[in-house]
Amino acid sequence: MEWVNAVIQGTLLGGLYALLATGLSLAFGVMRLVNLAHGDLNILAAYLALVVVTATGANPLVGLVAVVPVMMVIGFLLQRVLLNFALGGGVLPPVLVTFGIAVVVQNVLLDVFSADSQGLDAGPLENASVTLTDQISVGFFPLLTLLVAVGVLLGLQFVVSRTQLGRALRATSDDTEAARIVGIDHRRLYSIAMAISLGTVAVAGVFLGIRTTFGPSDGPQRLIFAFESVIIGGLGSLWGTLVGGVALGVAQAVGNQVNPAYQALAGHLLFLAVLAFRPSGLFARRTARQV
Amino acid sequence: MSTTSATAVPPFRVESATPASRAAAVVGLLLLAVLATAPAWGGSGFMKLLIEFFTLLALAQMWNLLAGYAGLVSIGQQAFVGLGAYGLFVGTDRLGLHPLLAIPVLAAVIALIALATSLFAFRLHGGYFAIGTWVIAEVFRILVSGAKEVGAGNGVTIQGAAFLGPQGRLALTYWLALGVGFGSVILVAWIMRSRLGLALRALRDSEAGAESLGIDVFRTKLAVYLIASVGCAVAGAIIYLSLLRIQPNAAFSVDWTARMIFIVIIGGLGRIEGPIVGALVFIGLRETLADFGSLYLVILGVVAIGLTLLAPRGLWGLFVARFPMVSFGAQPRLVMGAQTPGGAGPPPGTTPTEVA
Repeated sequence: MEWVNAVIQGTLLGGLYALLATGLSLAFGVMRLVNLAHGDLNILAAYLALVVVTATGANPLVGLVAVVPVMMVIGFLLQRVLLNFALGGGVLPPVLVTFGIAVVVQNVLLDVFSADSQGLDAGPLENASVTLTDQISVGFFPLLTLLVAVGVLLGLQFVVSRTQLGRALRATSDDTEAARIVGIDHRRLYSIAMAISLGTVAVAGVFLGIRTTFGPSDGPQRLIFAFESVIIGGLGSLWGTLVGGVALGVAQAVGNQVNPAYQALAGHLLFLAVLAFRPSGLFARRTARQV
Repeated sequence: MSTTSATAVPPFRVESATPASRAAAVVGLLLLAVLATAPAWGGSGFMKLLIEFFTLLALAQMWNLLAGYAGLVSIGQQAFVGLGAYGLFVGTDRLGLHPLLAIPVLAAVIALIALATSLFAFRLHGGYFAIGTWVIAEVFRILVSGAKEVGAGNGVTIQGAAFLGPQGRLALTYWLALGVGFGSVILVAWIMRSRLGLALRALRDSEAGAESLGIDVFRTKLAVYLIASVGCAVAGAIIYLSLLRIQPNAAFSVDWTARMIFIVIIGGLGRIEGPIVGALVFIGLRETLADFGSLYLVILGVVAIGLTLLAPRGLWGLFVARFPMVSFGAQPRLVMGAQTPGGAGPPPGTTPTEVA
């Protein structure tokens, strides 16, 4: 029964990882950008929520109304001012620039907020749960997280497949040159894509901040979990990211059940196994399209 | 190398050396000779600073070889620094080897470990290769943190070098650091003049083009990955022969790779001189900005972003653009018109032309 419980809790945790991974996947899909600052920006969002909560006394979930737009503006500007200039010159510049951003964000957070762990308090919601059997109860908040993750993915799916913006995103992903010829301003589009990416990062940051404590140096671990979800699920598939996140969450929960020290290790091992035996991921698309 | 031909092929030879490279070799050897005597006249503070400089230089040369020459951006080289540190501990304290023997043994073992990790890492490309190597380093950190045989999360203290005495150990560590620092520069210079270096140059211009010339892209990159991994392990072992206290979170910290990246970006990516300049600037900055704490790293991050976007060849690249004669990196050139019997030489009046 403990193991069934671990799988259920892992699945719910996986929703969070999928939410975390979506933005990374989107940035790679649209502009082939691997954002090494993804995790640190996620932590930044949690600290922004902390500032909002401290200043207004609002519930952190209500604080999303402020945090998401702010992160989207940060994403738009980062892309516009820095990252657009790093693209198109090979593999190195985007990796090095986003690594630099990661170091800057991490150390600014350390300087402003100190190294102490922080948490976001969502009130009674956090402890409410639905009892299924004597030994298994599903927390209301983890369930909400999974639903929000699915909701965000559905929203993104709708934007990508049904809207004018989505058409432009897909066109640019498929062939940037051709998209430019038909009049798509790819730099502006990239900035919008990064804004969306950081919008999802903000949602993930607030939900993770409610679920666990966070500190300025936790960014790299968040980046790694997001990355593992993307690779396990398969590059270029939004729903693959959800599957990857859930697989990672279950692996971690099972590892935690074996020995709490091996929670992250179990996820890493699943990731390495996927790399070794199914390098295109569990849900890879056959086509070249990556959005 | 000279080639003669009786038919229409004009005579040529390929040269790598330049006056600057010969001068650099002479100055370098003189410097090495002077520095090698430092245990006789230098204070321990001076020697410790040089140990740090030369080990950082070696680490940065290895990262430059990976990223600057082979296009493999690794953020997981701390895996090998940590493995080198623990390899030294196992060699000296568990197996009772002299440090001088422990280092080649650990280098051989870690080469095999690097080969195993490449099976996973090489499934990924570009930025994802970067994070993949990072995950592998994390796996090593967690595994070592759980291994009671090497002190688990608390780490261990190397005691197997105590028989040398404090002065003897400092001198040995210093000479090893000097060796690995100069050795890394000589190694990269030698690689870039070898067949592997030619393959890397072709790769850097165009992977598809290089492949069509018969270059095995995978094996070329694998060779660089193995060399750089073993290089980082040896440097890591020397760093911890100096520090003695090994803790898994510090030995496998991404900060090691961050230092390599900063040094290479500041000095100049893809140039042998880059890490030398970068390591000097890096240590100079740290000595002056150490009081700023975390702000120091913010400054480094901003500098790295700025240099990547505005001066991707680093400080040395900016310098060489003004004074090209000082560059001593190997650049094979085709020298036409070597004197040959048979009259197939260049038309009269032309001087040897250089094709860089």
